[in-house]
Amino acid sequence: MNAGYNFAYLDEGTKRMIRRALLKAVAVPGCQVPFGSREMPLAYGWGTGGIQVTAAVLGQGDVLKVIDQGSDDTTNAVNIRHFFRRTTGVSTTERTREATVIQTRHRIPEAPLTEHQVLVYQVPQPEPLYKLEPRRAEATRLHAYREYGLMHVKLYEDLTHWGRLDSSYDHPVLVHGRYVMSPSPIPSFDNPKMHRNPALQLFGAGREKRLYAVPPYTDVKSLDFEDHPFEVPMPEHACALCGSTTTWLDEVPTSDGVPLHTCSDTDHCREQREAAEGAPL
Amino acid sequence: MYIAVKGGEAAIAASWRLLDEARRGDRALRELEVAQIREQLGLLVDRVMAEGSLYDPELAALALKQARGDAIEAAFLIRAYRTTLPRFAFTEPVDTDRMRVSRRISAIFKDLPGGQLLGPTFDYTQRLLDFRLLEAGSAAPLATPASAEPPPAVAPALKHLADEGLVEPAVPSAGDPEPDDITRHPPAYPTPRPARLQMLSRADEGWLLGLAYSTQRGYANTHPFAGEVRHGHVAVEVVPDELGFPIEIGEIELTECQMVNQFVGSANAPPQFTRGHGLAFGHGERRAMAMSLVDRVLRADEFDEEVTSPAQQQEFALPHGDNIEASGFVQHLKLPHYVTFESELHMVRTLRSAQQAETP
Repeated sequence: MNAGYNFAYLDEGTKRMIRRALLKAVAVPGCQVPFGSREMPLAYGWGTGGIQVTAAVLGQGDVLKVIDQGSDDTTNAVNIRHFFRRTTGVSTTERTREATVIQTRHRIPEAPLTEHQVLVYQVPQPEPLYKLEPRRAEATRLHAYREYGLMHVKLYEDLTHWGRLDSSYDHPVLVHGRYVMSPSPIPSFDNPKMHRNPALQLFGAGREKRLYAVPPYTDVKSLDFEDHPFEVPMPEHACALCGSTTTWLDEVPTSDGVPLHTCSDTDHCREQREAAEGAPL
Repeated sequence: MYIAVKGGEAAIAASWRLLDEARRGDRALRELEVAQIREQLGLLVDRVMAEGSLYDPELAALALKQARGDAIEAAFLIRAYRTTLPRFAFTEPVDTDRMRVSRRISAIFKDLPGGQLLGPTFDYTQRLLDFRLLEAGSAAPLATPASAEPPPAVAPALKHLADEGLVEPAVPSAGDPEPDDITRHPPAYPTPRPARLQMLSRADEGWLLGLAYSTQRGYANTHPFAGEVRHGHVAVEVVPDELGFPIEIGEIELTECQMVNQFVGSANAPPQFTRGHGLAFGHGERRAMAMSLVDRVLRADEFDEEVTSPAQQQEFALPHGDNIEASGFVQHLKLPHYVTFESELHMVRTLRSAQQAETP
């Protein structure tokens, strides 16, 4: 641990302020709660919101996992994991099932989460309406009045233009029947995993200074139309390493021109392979 | 005194002396050498070369020394020098595909042929002040330099996507016309993309950054992905009239960003991703990335996109990014304006007395 810095970098007063904002966020699922986001030693857009949330909820007994794009070994995940090891001394893991706190960027782990786990999302843009109404004051008013007509028109336009309504990633969701929320830029493949998830899901947007939350077992519905229901795009390949046909895959170009498809969730992929090797012949 | 017209010449001479003294600082300390600036403040030198629009690290370092580290003033010195240089040839377009890369990353693939090469980057430093640097000579020991073998050329990250037609091709305009030169021909709006790129490539970095950021926050939409950022050395070639074939005249350091953006498509054309392009002298990653976002939103007319935001408006985004012009005009307000001000004063007094005469 680094001498001269508090446990988890932020001072205790700041962590309490963040936890208070998180309590409010949990009490009003999907509602964006402003908070006094601090300057962090990592660049804005690189996970400063998620890092502040993790710092606020992390205790000495926790086991932390950090993923980016589903993988523990991407540079940003390595860097953030290193940051928390350096500033807290908590143990870290790459195994989803062993972790009590998982900080993620752009993915939800494939393995089902439990009531004993907290999933912390890094959020670049918490306001789901920002492309339709860039003025934040106006967007806040639209949320207050539950006025989501703009979003429905946008989905309808996508439908007429492209013949499909799913936004490929960051597809908006309705939380607990009240607030339209950005799921952060996870592939829409992951959206259904948010619905009634036993784990507490916390979202931190550092640059935009907003937090929000989905408490355990909360309804999370991807926006759609009755006659055009939201559909999860299924993978078109099998993982080249574990053979999985039900997981989100990375496409890796190779020099021979034939792309390689492998699980984006590297821990899940390893688990599948271990299970296959351990299976009786 | 400022208003003592007769004393103007003496006052200017005195201000020069004061400037020389202020530049030198504490004489108990060693004077800064231009070579030190060039070697140890390289990123600042690169910015001055970009905004001064002249590739010459030595002169950019000199300008920084002379300007007391003011980047805009230094770029101004370079522009003022550049304008005196004869233009004797065009180079061939530099081929960044053949760049000797010292850094190359793609955010759209986990791995790709040629690999992800971090190179020297602040990205993963965790921004803790390194107090060891307070003491001269106490920096971390240098690792043994890697082999002098030049790295092989790395294929562009977007190559196979472009081959598949998923990303728009990057091809010269029909007939590959001689590029317009914004330093010789004043821009007429709407201005074509080559002229826009020239203006962006020497625009103020802060301005580019702010405009680019606005597009990410909903004021125009680009849906960008960093297809590739590469930095390294490229050869510069010219075709002398006497020879008729290209010869290499040297090498320059460049940073290039290929941003992959929102796809377009229509009833006739299948959907494909579009590109925004950024290019900067030296190692200017923030600059190249911001430029690529702004380049893409300024192509609204090509893709029939509704123009709703400042970053999409050529006449707003382009001329106001020239920090030499902007700095000059904002600061010209320091010049005497007492003649124009006197006429306004006169007008206000007249209006007030007229109003008072009407009031009973």
